[in-house]
Amino acid sequence: MGKFFAVVLTLIALASAYPIVTHMYVQPVDISTHGHAIDEQLSDTMAEAGFAFLGAQLLLAFFVWRFSNRKNGSKVKHLPGGAKLMVATAFIFVGTEVLALGVLGQKAWAEVYFTAPKQDALQIQSQAGQFAFYFRYPGADGKFAPLHPDKIDEGNGNYFGLDLANDVEARDDIVTAELAIPVNREIHLLMHAKDVGHSFYVRELRIQQDFVPGLDLSVHFTATKTGKYEIVCTQLCGLGHYNMKAYLNVLSQDDFDKWLKEKASEQ
Amino acid sequence: MEEAVVQPAHVHAPPEGFIRKHIFSLDHKVIGKQYYGLALVAVFMGMALSWLMRFHLVWPTTKVPGLDLLSSTGAPGGVITPEYYLSLLTMHGTLMVFFVLTNAPFAGFGNYFLPIQIGAEDMAFPRFNMMSFWVTFVAFLVLVLAFVIPDGPPISGWTAYAPLSAVGKDAGPGLAWGQSLWAISIAIFCVGQLLGSLNFIATTLDLRTKGMTFMRMPICTWAWFITSAIGLLAFAVLLPACLLLLLDRMAGTSFFIPSGLVISDRLQNHAGGSPLLWQHLFWFFGHPEVYIAILPAVGIVSHVLITNMRKPLLSAKVIIYSMMSIGFLSWMVWGHHMFVSGMNPTSSLLFSFPTLTITIPATIITLIWLGSLYGANLQINAASLFALGFVSMFVSGGVSGFFLAQPSIDIYLHATYFVVGHFHMVMGVAAIFGILSGTYFWFPKMSGRMMNESLGKLHFWITFVGTYCIFMPFHYLGMAGNVRRYSSFVNDFMAPLMPVHKFISIAAFVTGGAQFIFLFNLIYSRFRGKQAPENPWNATSLEWSIPSPPPWDNFGGKHPVIYHDPYQYGVKGSKGDFVMQDSPEQV
Repeated sequence: MGKFFAVVLTLIALASAYPIVTHMYVQPVDISTHGHAIDEQLSDTMAEAGFAFLGAQLLLAFFVWRFSNRKNGSKVKHLPGGAKLMVATAFIFVGTEVLALGVLGQKAWAEVYFTAPKQDALQIQSQAGQFAFYFRYPGADGKFAPLHPDKIDEGNGNYFGLDLANDVEARDDIVTAELAIPVNREIHLLMHAKDVGHSFYVRELRIQQDFVPGLDLSVHFTATKTGKYEIVCTQLCGLGHYNMKAYLNVLSQDDFDKWLKEKASEQ
Repeated sequence: MEEAVVQPAHVHAPPEGFIRKHIFSLDHKVIGKQYYGLALVAVFMGMALSWLMRFHLVWPTTKVPGLDLLSSTGAPGGVITPEYYLSLLTMHGTLMVFFVLTNAPFAGFGNYFLPIQIGAEDMAFPRFNMMSFWVTFVAFLVLVLAFVIPDGPPISGWTAYAPLSAVGKDAGPGLAWGQSLWAISIAIFCVGQLLGSLNFIATTLDLRTKGMTFMRMPICTWAWFITSAIGLLAFAVLLPACLLLLLDRMAGTSFFIPSGLVISDRLQNHAGGSPLLWQHLFWFFGHPEVYIAILPAVGIVSHVLITNMRKPLLSAKVIIYSMMSIGFLSWMVWGHHMFVSGMNPTSSLLFSFPTLTITIPATIITLIWLGSLYGANLQINAASLFALGFVSMFVSGGVSGFFLAQPSIDIYLHATYFVVGHFHMVMGVAAIFGILSGTYFWFPKMSGRMMNESLGKLHFWITFVGTYCIFMPFHYLGMAGNVRRYSSFVNDFMAPLMPVHKFISIAAFVTGGAQFIFLFNLIYSRFRGKQAPENPWNATSLEWSIPSPPPWDNFGGKHPVIYHDPYQYGVKGSKGDFVMQDSPEQV
């Protein structure tokens, strides 16, 4: 039965590796300037983790095959090198791997979080609430008017709580349910949570960031390919969580300008 | 520190009457079985919930006959609503993490075998011990009460992130009394675990019999000892966190709720709190909790493997020091659950390094197991198969941790099925394999009867292949960007992934079904199993030196004296290839 275990385990290990080796399941196309660093890190880690996974599983299978149900009275043997060899192996191989991945991984993280958005980045505010995203563009004056939570009135389309009666700056703000952005231009997304925690996740953009009530968070990114992509909420936010989504529409600069003008006229 | 302590006379009289013997018992063995029994009830409940979830994900509009009787609002006509899916998810996670993975390997087996393995007659504080179980039982009742109240169970997940969990009914169904019951239940559970942990520590330090130095304790005793130290610190943080959550919910405080929140068109009357504070407190408990679940399993599996390899490990000391290192590092890594939470991005890197570093002691443990298998005389039985299965799962779940420990990769994989696959394999399945291995190994001692080996092996094969079929594809789904905690997959990119979900659901039904073979075996063997001898596995530790099942005072009034390290296998002894710990034979 030990041999059977070895065969089953070997098959499981190989079957587990198959979809990865044949690229059956890979991350979707990357449309950001920083995504390549994340993808490279992921593929380096896959190589190292895959090696460790297959190595350990196949070794386990081999030893169980070789050393199970031996003849009665078979004398046990000990691995030459003993525990010291195992400890040294773990420190040298895994230690190096840990250091390498840890240090290399900083680069990808730093591209997203340790660089400031450029001066000319386009600022857009995103508000997440149960169970929809809304987006706000600053309008002709280039300024976002302050928010007044007590003035939120979804029935009348005042999703952000703008004081349209008294605040001149608020009147040119453009509020949309879709996030349209120009291609190849940096976006500085200001994140605001209306009620509970939510998250902004665009797989193709390699961006995921929580909205935290009470915290002014932001992310910045540049999309490099035009097209329509899904924005989904990844922080459990209540009964409609599964259905909380919006679209990211990456447009050419001309198309974006047209779109924004059109939206401004609809306000 | 190495001096052994002569234990005092037995601290309580022999129990009399059914209630004192079987219900409000002071006997650590009965209490251990009570914990195990509670975990057994919880694990089948948790599994049934996961079946309902897997069913709903692939057949969202199909009726589940009879489910409307459990909740007419959650499943009108037997069809699960999105909010009820989240209730099932929350209760599944809570039952499994707290009432199964903490109860069975640590409180259950630990209670039964720790005192015996160190040669004690009972725990240091038997009354505290009884109380810790009954407190835990009350926590369980309070939690399942959420199923029958009109509000229904909470929908905020087992992590109960604030402010969703803190603001009350405005945020959705299950968030009024359902969520309050959850917080009360977990707070009570913490009290039970704190009492239990203190008891384990005091017992290990004070009640070791003559000759039982620290390094002569079996590895599983070490695992329970280290786990109790982790539990003492972890539950001591979760308890006040739950109390603060309750205050926010019931007394109008704002520990976790900031100002200006508009929920269900109502401006909330709170100000000044921080949702991230809850996350920090919760994960400060939550990550060590992973090791509370897995370290006892590491101990049990080492114990079972050594016995069945008929040789000692390359080094038991190295495993013990590695478990200590994991326990120590577990306090510095909680932030890896929060890389994209909005906390300071520099701290993400600081949390990433110790997380990656944990791989080193975990690898050492795995290599010691593998290296020890070399040259073994491996006996294959249900207990050793589950132990070998554990090693395989520990590796599989461990390597996926490598991805998630890196903040940059976590940007992409966070909150996807990759995470679900990772923690189910390393914390769920691996720990359950440890529990099952321990069950097949110790059942003869606990009941005086042998379990049926053929059924045990059948149970293993279906479970082993089945769990891989369920949880390995989770990783592929995660890599394709499949988001977790969705009651139905409405995203455009999901359509091509649905066949994988169907495959997983079918695998879950089959694997879950196989657990009834185990349940049958457990009940059948308890009454009809072959009579178990004192030492059916030719093992060396103290539990095998006393009758099966042990008398109420374990050693019949004698105090065993220890002469050897716990694992004298592969040596010539008068009984065969082993020498028992309490045998005065020279080795």
